[in-house]
Amino acid sequence: MKFRVTLIFVVVMLLGLVGTVTAQDTEPSGRLEIFSWWAGDEGPALEALIELYSSMYPNVEVVNATVTGGAGVNFRAVLKTRMLGGNPPDTFQVHAGQELTGTWVVANRMEDLTFLYEEEGWFDALPQGVIDQLTYQGGIYSVPVNIHRAGVLWYIPTNLENWGVQVPTTLEEFYATCQTLQGQGVTPLVVGEAWTLIHLWETVALSVLGPDNYDALWTGGLSPRSQEMIAVWDEFGRVLDCTNVSQDAAGLSWQQATDAVVGGTAAFNVMGDWAAGYMSTTLGLTPGEGYGWADFPGTEGVFMWLSDTFGLPVGAPNREATLAWLRLLGSVEGQNAFNPLKGSIPVRLDAFAADPELYNTYSQSAAADWSELRLVGSLMHGVVANERFMGDFNDVMQIYLQSRDSGAATSAMEAVCIQAGACGM
Amino acid sequence: MRNRRDRLIAFLMVLPTLMLLGIFVYFFIGKAVYTSTTDWGENPDQPALAENVVLTNVGLRNYENLMTDIIQANFRNSLTNTFFFTVFFVAGCTILGLFLALLLDQKVVAEGFFRTVFLFPMALSFVVTGTIWRWLLQPSGGINILPTLIGLEPIQFNWSNNQETWLQFRWEEVPLYLTTVGITILTIIAVRNVLKHNWRSLRFAAGAAVVVLLVFVAGLWNYIWPPLDSAVAEQAIAPKGFNGALLGIIIAAIWQMSGYVMAIFTAGIRGIPEDLRESARVDGGTELDVYRHIVLPQLSPFVTSAMIILGHISLKIFDLVFAMTGPDNARTVVPGMLVYTKGFRQNSFASASAIAVIMLFLIAVIIAPYLWSQLRTSKSG
Repeated sequence: MKFRVTLIFVVVMLLGLVGTVTAQDTEPSGRLEIFSWWAGDEGPALEALIELYSSMYPNVEVVNATVTGGAGVNFRAVLKTRMLGGNPPDTFQVHAGQELTGTWVVANRMEDLTFLYEEEGWFDALPQGVIDQLTYQGGIYSVPVNIHRAGVLWYIPTNLENWGVQVPTTLEEFYATCQTLQGQGVTPLVVGEAWTLIHLWETVALSVLGPDNYDALWTGGLSPRSQEMIAVWDEFGRVLDCTNVSQDAAGLSWQQATDAVVGGTAAFNVMGDWAAGYMSTTLGLTPGEGYGWADFPGTEGVFMWLSDTFGLPVGAPNREATLAWLRLLGSVEGQNAFNPLKGSIPVRLDAFAADPELYNTYSQSAAADWSELRLVGSLMHGVVANERFMGDFNDVMQIYLQSRDSGAATSAMEAVCIQAGACGM
Repeated sequence: MRNRRDRLIAFLMVLPTLMLLGIFVYFFIGKAVYTSTTDWGENPDQPALAENVVLTNVGLRNYENLMTDIIQANFRNSLTNTFFFTVFFVAGCTILGLFLALLLDQKVVAEGFFRTVFLFPMALSFVVTGTIWRWLLQPSGGINILPTLIGLEPIQFNWSNNQETWLQFRWEEVPLYLTTVGITILTIIAVRNVLKHNWRSLRFAAGAAVVVLLVFVAGLWNYIWPPLDSAVAEQAIAPKGFNGALLGIIIAAIWQMSGYVMAIFTAGIRGIPEDLRESARVDGGTELDVYRHIVLPQLSPFVTSAMIILGHISLKIFDLVFAMTGPDNARTVVPGMLVYTKGFRQNSFASASAIAVIMLFLIAVIIAPYLWSQLRTSKSG
């Protein structure tokens, strides 16, 4: 009997000893599953970041899990199945804004990272406009790794010279250019599958409304059925008349649309600046000479942004390793390892300032704009409206494409805003 | 005694299967039906992905929205697309499959080789087929530039992004069409029975026709096919008809599945005893007579099987459309696609479940009579 008590005592002591050893050992280990939609052209940037992480934490086995598909559409389906099934990855990619807060944070699926922001001093390093989009009821829920710019006008300078046109700066100039180009059998503006149309729509909306009304539309200050919105759809229709929407658009991915510009069958393309990464890295063109960029007519002085972020889901299997990953993402080294390869710019202004030479001509211009221009969030990339709205907005777009009726589109949009609880309703 | 023990053992043998089926099929069907009567994902105050979502029972509101709400016009497009896709796909596959089977029946050299060649597309997945045909049907490439190989002009036809809508009809008139078709068929049956002096069947057909007519007149269709919120707007924003963009998908689907139908028919033709054909020839029938009066009538059960199999494939089609024209394309949208986009992209799980239940119902409408008749023949046989 006495022997037994002693044995139990010794075992308990030993367990306690092991416990203290583990507690002291803060070095993360085990398995870290990073869930994203970055593969293919976008893969190397993530791999560079993982390599950096592995060199810092050699004990962690990183699992790079990806589900590809434009702007993460298929990825999110898989992610939701896993989350609903109680099997969250350690960390996953999510756009800043409503895609994070409207889907995951309101559902209590994310851990508050305010402590991490305080520890790492990110309140000073990150722009307030971005932090606002990661915040919900006082908590901050993810760490942004990059900034992309949406709604940029891309072209090939030598092609424009051959056709005798210049980059338009107003919509009226754009329509004139459009006629000149159509006369020569060139598609003035190339679009691709459905989501690229929504991306074009948000750009036209920004151009017509201006940044203040554009913001007001999503926060309840501007009714989706107002005269201003009728004007947006009207102008969108005129812009569509300059595109290939009724020809081969539905079958083109954004890369194929960019290819049409590079190949000289189309003059312009409105796309986010991942197109710069594609043209520089995959197609080997020199920014500024091989390809050029400009503000979409009527959007000067405004930077439409979106940001890829990573958060910490509630119940993540390996919390320690995930926190280490998030620390790396928010650091100057992490952002500078990732962004030059991705073709995006760092969220931290001091990261770019630390080594501007890492970035190509395009990114340098974007980084300069990022620190100076008025910021607005991208609709297509989940910043300003929730996923429910986005899904139904696809139907609004189809309604418009079929009827070309701005009145029908605005009333449909209002109905969708109400059903989804978006647009400040 | 012995008999009872046998039965018990038999029951115990089947029990695991029954339990698995009960849980993984029927329980989840029930769960989907239940979800479709809640507001999961429809209520902005209840985040769809929360761990403990508070669900409210809304009865059949989700179904009603799908059938009437202007925002859900895409669902009605998907039903229309499914209808036309099913008609052309089933007809195309059956005709082409029958043609191939008859060709193989001509005692050709290397028959086995050709059989494999025709059957091979079925070995591919719809995603692969879709990707290949998406490239082949690009407006400025693939099939359209084939004629240039022999010095002709390229074809200008726009396959997967065709904007034409043929055979247009109005959604709110569908009950009228269905009633007309039903009464026409029943009248034909009735007339044939009069000619055959089969009075019992005549009374049955006439009675059924009256019921169909009464259902229409009494306005019972309003519950199955509720009137649209705005029929005028529906016509403007989502005209119903056979969308030209479906052509490419139908071609790809026929390419993939006609070999399979050919295999079914080949098996059917093999099963016809040679002496039947011989005796027809001895009686002076030509080769054409042999096919018309011997082979084709013997094949009719195989036609039914083939149609059932093709019919349920076409109602559930998803991957082929996803690969060929993408998920957000109102001209080629199908119900399966909407289950996916509504459920997993916009978190409207209740609406997605309602669509899934409607799909299940449509497939049951096709399959149940077939299973029933199969069961009856196997019992009597």
